[in-house]
Amino acid sequence: MRRGRTWTFPNKPVIISSAAVGGPFEAQGPLSADFDILHEDFWLGQDSFEQAEKKLLEQACERTIDKAGMKKEDIQFFLAGDLMNQIVTSSFSARTLGSPYIGLFGACSTSMEGLALGALIVDAGQAEFVIAGTASHNAAANRQYRYPSEYGAQNPPSAQWTVTGAGTGLIAKEGKGPSVTSATIGRIVDMGISDPFNMGVAMAPAAVDTIEAHFRDLDVDTDHYDLVLTGDLGRVGHRICADLLHKHGLNIPQDRFGDCGLMIYREDQPVQAGASGPACSATVFYGHILKEMEKGNLNRVLMVATGALLSPITFQQKESIPCIAHAVSIERMR
Amino acid sequence: MIFLWAFVVGGLICVIGQLMFDVMKLTPAHTTSTLVVVGAILDGFGLYEPLIDFAGAGATVPITSFGNALVHGAMAEAEKNGLIGVVTGIFEVTSAGISAAIVFAFIASLLFRSKG
Amino acid sequence: MSDKKKKKLTPVQQQYHVFAKAREPHRPVLLNCLKAFFVGGTICLIGQGVSWFYMTYFDFTEKTVGDPTVATMIFLAVLLTGLGVYDHLGQWGGAGSAVPVTGFANTMASAAIDYRSEGYVLGVGGNMFKLAGPVIVFGVVSAFVIALIKTIWLTWFQGGM
Repeated sequence: MRRGRTWTFPNKPVIISSAAVGGPFEAQGPLSADFDILHEDFWLGQDSFEQAEKKLLEQACERTIDKAGMKKEDIQFFLAGDLMNQIVTSSFSARTLGSPYIGLFGACSTSMEGLALGALIVDAGQAEFVIAGTASHNAAANRQYRYPSEYGAQNPPSAQWTVTGAGTGLIAKEGKGPSVTSATIGRIVDMGISDPFNMGVAMAPAAVDTIEAHFRDLDVDTDHYDLVLTGDLGRVGHRICADLLHKHGLNIPQDRFGDCGLMIYREDQPVQAGASGPACSATVFYGHILKEMEKGNLNRVLMVATGALLSPITFQQKESIPCIAHAVSIERMR
Repeated sequence: MIFLWAFVVGGLICVIGQLMFDVMKLTPAHTTSTLVVVGAILDGFGLYEPLIDFAGAGATVPITSFGNALVHGAMAEAEKNGLIGVVTGIFEVTSAGISAAIVFAFIASLLFRSKG
Repeated sequence: MSDKKKKKLTPVQQQYHVFAKAREPHRPVLLNCLKAFFVGGTICLIGQGVSWFYMTYFDFTEKTVGDPTVATMIFLAVLLTGLGVYDHLGQWGGAGSAVPVTGFANTMASAAIDYRSEGYVLGVGGNMFKLAGPVIVFGVVSAFVIALIKTIWLTWFQGGM
């Protein structure tokens, strides 16, 4: 059932299992207890950062399947994406997993892009078990988009830190767990921002566009959700998003409006404006948020993952940054 | 005294670089490239050598001195061999710097791993 | 980065830029300049010390001490890069660590170290100059032009050098 650009899922697909994997930096953060696996070695014992990123995603998938008491042969579809050129992390992980695979590219919005599509497939009766997820690695992302790790560049206060980690979820037709109730698909919003060290500012309008569409399509109150979480707008972008929503008349209560990028690291960790990367929203959601829902602390959550769809070349060609945000609502069914 | 001036002049050249970072919002590559060109231009006008006499390492250590050294090398060869010396002389003076950087960087790649 | 030839922004986009700018954290320019001054000055001071060392204990004169000094500074920078220290120095000192020749060495060493995963030929060899390339290219091109102009000027207009 579609309303505007929001899909609703009458068959209430369930997230029956999930896993969050993180690196050494994430292990020092306040959500470390909600990670299934935390690595001390930045390289995960691999020969390259790209291989480490692949290992993160593979481990998250493995863990998710284990926790559900299933085997990887039971998974009917695997939906994943990442930041690497040609989304190799996802493709190579899919090779290991062996399931039919759909590759996605949404940059940091991939987590919800995957969850939305996974829920759609299961709700439509076209699968019983779908895994959706994503991963990122700080050094792999830096190599591709910015500078080598040991380079002495000075990051401005608006810069963000790419999370090293992976988050995956297993969506099923039925079972124990919170349900995916709706998903609003984002469209590209480009406000002419071209500074890749200021992504929060670039992405905020996309988040606003999708959040407004969601509330409009479903016609619900601003306090309908216990928590509305943006993916990785960071300190700067989140504030702009809140102010813009307020300006447009959508007043989500401040204590119910957060950002994953501001939750995953402590104040004293040197991350400037906050965390970013596909794994940011994925690890916070598939780790911390789902655990909170399990405990009964949260009943209805709207996850709004935001992505900046630039490439190192578009930046050199002086293009601005087109952004997108996908929103998915998850509810505890009683 | 030269130690004091090395500190001050070197520091000031870096402040110019920092202003290029923060006010003009240039990338490090743009900033250092510009400063190299500035060093070359200053030597063209014969202004960089006096700065080196005055501030020592404060003028030879910043990347501007690379531009100065390149022009110097080119001019020294041109004096000997005419116009063709401009091309042959360019790397004479800076070969120590570039060779050192290449060799040490290569050795570093053999010994070290990125630490993130 | 700011782009003087920015594509035309629509009124909505321009409005947003103003809105966003008011909410962006300001770069602490004065503090950054002080840190850059301190770090850059110190690096040059160390360079002066190295020069003095070579002139006192070895047979170098003011004219010839430049080469070993630069080579030593480059060695130190590569070492600090390999040990994982230079990137922290760069975050704190900004241009103070990027502008001295040590910054140049850092670009090459960090690239060489990082690209080892692609092998020594294509990875290290092919990418070593990724960040340092612009400096070399523009240094050489500008030096060529300036030396050319100066040589022609001196030869033709002032009758010989």
